[in-house]
Amino acid sequence: MNPREITTQISKAADFLNLKKWDYGASFSNDYSVQVDKGEAKQLKASQKQILTIRVWNQSNLVGITTTSDISESGIKKALKQANIASDFGNKNESTEFSPLAKDPIKVKEVKKRNPVGIKKLLTVLREAEVKLLESHESIKSVPYNGLSESFFERVYANSEGAFRSYSKSQAALYLYARAEEKNKKPRSSGSVKLGYGADDIDIESCIKEASNKTISHLNYSSIKTDKYLICFSPESFLTIINAFSSMFNARSIIDGVSLSNKNSIGEKLSTEALNIYDDGLHEKNISSTPFDGEGTPTKRLCLINRGKIENFIHSESTARIFKTTPTGHAGLGSKVSVSPDWIVVEKSDENFDLKTSLDHSTYEGEFVYIEELNAIHAGVRASQGSFSLPFDGWLYKNGKKISIESATVAGDIKYLLKNIVNIESSQEVTTSGISPHIWVDELSITGDA
Amino acid sequence: MLSSQIKSNEIVFGSCNKDLLEEIIYYGIELGADFVEIFIENTDNSSVLAEDDFITSVSPSFGRGAGIRIFKGKKDGFVSTNDLTKHGLMRSVSQAIEMLDITDNKRELFNGLNKHRDYSLSKKKWINEVPSINEISEKLLVSTKSLKKNNKIITRKGSYSRNLQEVIIASSDGTYVSDIRLHQTVGLNVIASDAQYRSSGSRRFGSSGMPNEFRLWDHEKAANDVFESSMNMLYADYVDAGQMPVVLANKFGGVIFHEACGHLLETTQIERGTTPFENKLNEKIAHESVTAIDEGISEGSFGSLSVDDEGMEPEKSVLIKDGILKKFISDRAGELRTGHKRTGSGRRQNYSFAAASRMRNTYIAKGEHSKEDLINSISEGLYCKSMGGGSVGATGQFNFAVEEGYLIKNGKLTSPVKGATLIGEAKEVMPKISMCGNDLELAPGFCGSISGSVNVTVGQPHIKVDSITVGGR
Repeated sequence: MNPREITTQISKAADFLNLKKWDYGASFSNDYSVQVDKGEAKQLKASQKQILTIRVWNQSNLVGITTTSDISESGIKKALKQANIASDFGNKNESTEFSPLAKDPIKVKEVKKRNPVGIKKLLTVLREAEVKLLESHESIKSVPYNGLSESFFERVYANSEGAFRSYSKSQAALYLYARAEEKNKKPRSSGSVKLGYGADDIDIESCIKEASNKTISHLNYSSIKTDKYLICFSPESFLTIINAFSSMFNARSIIDGVSLSNKNSIGEKLSTEALNIYDDGLHEKNISSTPFDGEGTPTKRLCLINRGKIENFIHSESTARIFKTTPTGHAGLGSKVSVSPDWIVVEKSDENFDLKTSLDHSTYEGEFVYIEELNAIHAGVRASQGSFSLPFDGWLYKNGKKISIESATVAGDIKYLLKNIVNIESSQEVTTSGISPHIWVDELSITGDA
Repeated sequence: MLSSQIKSNEIVFGSCNKDLLEEIIYYGIELGADFVEIFIENTDNSSVLAEDDFITSVSPSFGRGAGIRIFKGKKDGFVSTNDLTKHGLMRSVSQAIEMLDITDNKRELFNGLNKHRDYSLSKKKWINEVPSINEISEKLLVSTKSLKKNNKIITRKGSYSRNLQEVIIASSDGTYVSDIRLHQTVGLNVIASDAQYRSSGSRRFGSSGMPNEFRLWDHEKAANDVFESSMNMLYADYVDAGQMPVVLANKFGGVIFHEACGHLLETTQIERGTTPFENKLNEKIAHESVTAIDEGISEGSFGSLSVDDEGMEPEKSVLIKDGILKKFISDRAGELRTGHKRTGSGRRQNYSFAAASRMRNTYIAKGEHSKEDLINSISEGLYCKSMGGGSVGATGQFNFAVEEGYLIKNGKLTSPVKGATLIGEAKEVMPKISMCGNDLELAPGFCGSISGSVNVTVGQPHIKVDSITVGGR
C-alpha cells in the first residue's frame, strides 16, 4: 500500500470502529550496507522496513496509541483496535491534540533523491577505502569498525482532519575506524564518519585521510596529571556536550522535572554574551533533515541561546499549549510525545568583546587540553543534575608541542562550562550532528593516570 | 480452502510451516549458498509509564518479520523483511544470494529439516497469564505513591515493559525450532532536589519466562531502596579523582566484568582483532581469585533462554577458571571464522539483526570473603554501591559511571560521593580483582552491541579491585 492507500484504509477502519479522531505516522525504508575485513566482504546487509504508529482519541478525548510493522488491512484494523483499548488509559493529566500547524506549508530542501548504487558498488568502494587506509601508515594494522550504507526512506503524517504530508529522501554513510599498533605501546584507535545524500556524494578520500591522521596522531601518547586545565573543545565534542544537555532547552523535560531549566528560564543568562545557539533542522548542510516532525509540524530554525541567554524552548503540540506558545517542529510521535533537537548550530554572536581571541587552537602556544572526541555519553552524563564525567580522546598542548593523552576523563558541570567559555573561534566546522566553532573553556577537571 | 492456501504461501505462527521453510532453504542452496538460515518472529509488546500519580503512557506494539542469512565461505549476506509470504521470503533469499555474488557451481546438500523442536508448547498460555494493563497501572501507581516520602522528591516514575516474542528458526543444517520468549521489566526512578542540590536514584528488576513475576515484585522494598539511595546522594560532594582501591557491590556491580572483560571474550571481537585475549586461551588473564561464567540457563534470569537465536540450546560456559582463560562466547559465524565452538550465544534484538556472539547471564563466581572483609582491607578508597551504564572501546578501554558511591577510610564506609567514573583496561584490571565476596547476586540489564539490544544479567559478589582510575573532579 502507498501512503494515500494507507490513509484511506485507516479512515475506513476508523469509521467502522466509530473512531472519529485519529492520526498516524509511518515510515518505509530500504537499507543496504556492507562491512569488510582485510579486503574480504564480511557482512552484506539489506532490509526492508515499515513502521506504522496510529493514535486515536476516544469519546473522553483521551489518546491511545499502537505501533506495528504489519501494514496489511488486518494489521491496520488490529492497530486501531489496540489503540482504542489503550485510550482507556490515556493521560488524564495532560491532553494531546493535533498540531495547529499540521496543515501549514512545509519547506522541503531541493535535494535530488539519489538512486541506489547497489551492494556490489558499495562493497567495491569500501574495499578500496579499507586498503587505502591500511596503506596510509605502517602502524595501522586493521580497520575493525567499518561500514558503507545507503538508505531510501519515506515518512508520512496524516490525520482525520485532512492533514497529509509525505517526504522521501536518500542518505548514505561511511564510517572507518582504524586500529594502530606499535611495539611496546598500547593499541590506539580513531576514525571518521561522513554522510551524503547518496553513496556517490560521500567524500571518501577525506574520510580515509581523517581516520588515518586521527589514528596516527594518537600513536605517541602519554598519561596526563590529574588537575584543572584550560580546555579547547573541538566542534564535534562541543556539539556532543550540548546535545547531551539539550534537556535545558526541552519543554518536555522541563514539565517532567528532569531539566536544569524551568518554565521561567527564558531570558536566563547561561553563558558569555558571545554565544548563540540555534536548532536548525533545515540547515543546508544537514544531510538528515526532515521538513516536519512526528506531529506534522513544520521544521524550522529556532534560536535557543541568544547572546548567552535562553531565548526559546523546543516544543511538541502539548508542551507548546502548556507554555502558551506554538509547536516548534521537534516532536516524536508516541504515547507520550517526546521532544528532541534536530541539528545544533553554534556561533559567535556580535557581542563578543570579552573573548580572549588569542586562544586559537592552531596558534596558541600556552598549555591547554584539546578535546577531540567525547566518549560513553550514555554512562557519563547526568542531564538532570547537570554533571558529566566523560572519557575523551585528545591532546595536551604544552611548550608548542602536542602529545596524545592516554586514558583520561573530563568532568564538570554544564552550567559552569557554559559560564566559563573564554573564547569562541570564528571559523565554524560542519559535523554529522551540527555546526560549531572550536570553544575554549577555563578550568575543567581532567583525571589522568600520571 | 483459504486455510490451506495460507499454509502453503505464507508463514503462519502456530501452524506447521515445515514444507514452506524447506522450500525456501532448498531454493537458497540451489542458488549456491553454503548455508541458509531463516529467523522469523512475531511480537506482542506493551509498556506502561506512571509519572507521579498519573499513568502518562501506555504503548502497545506488535509486528512480525523475517531475517534471512546466507553464508558462502566465511562471508554472509543478511536480508530482513516484513513480508512473510513465500514470494517475499524467496525474494529475500535471492537478494542475499545476489549480494554475495555467488557464481560457483558447487552445491551443498540439504536433507530437509529435522524433527521440529517446539519449546513453545508450555508457553502458549503465557499471553493470558501476564498482568493486564489495568493491573500493571494500578501497581505502578501504588509504587510511585510509595516513593513520595518527603518534599525533596520532585519526580517519581515507575515503568513496566513486557516483550513477548514468538520465533521460528530453520536452517540448512536441519535445525527447525519454535519458541516463545517472555521478558518483563519494571523500574523505579526518582529525582530529589533541595536548593542547589540534586540527586537521582533508580532500580530496575527483570525476569524471563515468568508471567507472574510482576505480581510478586516487592514494590515497597524497591521504593525504599530508591528513596534511600537518592537521599544519601543528595548532599554528596564530588569525588576527588585519582587512582585508588575500590569495592564494587554485588548485583549490578557485575557490569565491570561485563564491560571490561565479557565483551572481549565474544568471538566478534576476535573477528575484528580488537580483543587482547585472542591468543590467551589457557593462560592467566585474571587474578586467581576470579572465576567467571556466562550461561543462559538460570531459571527466570533476564538473560536466560531455552534456545538461542540460531536454534542451539544455551550452555553454561566457564569463561575464566581461577584466573585462567578457558572459553570464548561463540555463535555460528564466530565458529566459522575463529574456530571457537558455538556456546548457544547467538543472539539478536529482533529479525532485522543477524545473530552475533553475545553474553547472557554473566557473572563472577562467589568467593569466600564477607563484604566487611573487603572494606576492612582498604585504608582509603571508594565503595561503589550502585553502578550506572558503561562501555568498552575499540582498544579495550572501558568506563562506567558510579551512581551511588561512598568513601572508604580506615576500613569503614564514610561520606557519600558523586560524579565518579571508573576507567581502565580489562587486561590491566582483571589481575587486580584480588578478593571476591560470598554474596553473589544477579541483576538485569540491556546490552547494546552489534546485533542490537539484548536482555542480559550481570552479576558478581562484592569484589575488591586493588587499584583503578576514578574520574571525578
